[in-house]
Amino acid sequence: MKLSEIQRILDAEVLVGHEWLDEIDAQKACGADLMSDVLAFTKGRTLLLTGLTNCQVIRTAELIDLIGLVFVRGKRPGEDVISMARENHLPVMLTKLPLYETCGLLYAAGLNNVPK
Amino acid sequence: MTAQPALYLSFSITGLDFSAAGEASTKIKKALKQIGVTDEVVRRTAIAAYEAEMNVAIHAEKGTIEVWVDREQIKIVVSDQGPGIADIDLAMKEGFSTAPELAREMGFGAGMGLPNIKRCTDNLEINSTVGKGTTLNMLIHISTAGN
Repeated sequence: MKLSEIQRILDAEVLVGHEWLDEIDAQKACGADLMSDVLAFTKGRTLLLTGLTNCQVIRTAELIDLIGLVFVRGKRPGEDVISMARENHLPVMLTKLPLYETCGLLYAAGLNNVPK
Repeated sequence: MTAQPALYLSFSITGLDFSAAGEASTKIKKALKQIGVTDEVVRRTAIAAYEAEMNVAIHAEKGTIEVWVDREQIKIVVSDQGPGIADIDLAMKEGFSTAPELAREMGFGAGMGLPNIKRCTDNLEINSTVGKGTTLNMLIHISTAGN
């Protein structure tokens, strides 16, 4: 599923990477606030849905090649996090929706190849 | 390591410096990709190095991370000056953590660090002295499928 489609489904604000949304395809998504869980359980072209807005989210994303981030619950990251995402060419979006609903909407729309 | 390593990397880690924590692992990952290590081995090494680096930042005063790479394996040694681990078997249990609240705010401290390292490596040895520090010796085989 293209990130542009995900942006539309979540009515998300694009913080980084507007120009990349049509080019990048997510195969899977992961909803998590614990980075060690993300490190342990994600593989493949994965979009991370999270309420954690510090720079370690970007580090985690870069280290395991996540294809993008959606911050949920309207939790806006600081400029340092946005800059870091931009430097790493990591698309970032922001949705007002809570994590549960974000996951549900994307799963129902077909982004349901969840990591085991 | 029996042969001259193809690559040697060394970095310092400062305790409680969460803005820099993860930088060393990022550089290690980039270096491995540049010398053509397979994606799967790069991923496992990156995760093991990052979890170990975060443990030093969270728990210790300071530490170092060293990496040796040759044709057959990647050796990572992470050594710190810090409180040490009183019960290593307990520390290896998923969910057990002695991390302070600050670590949990970072998204860590859930007690998955050492189990993640064990999962990603082919060999893990932990040596620790309470009140002095901890050393992790990790090996990842390049030429086999591994874990």
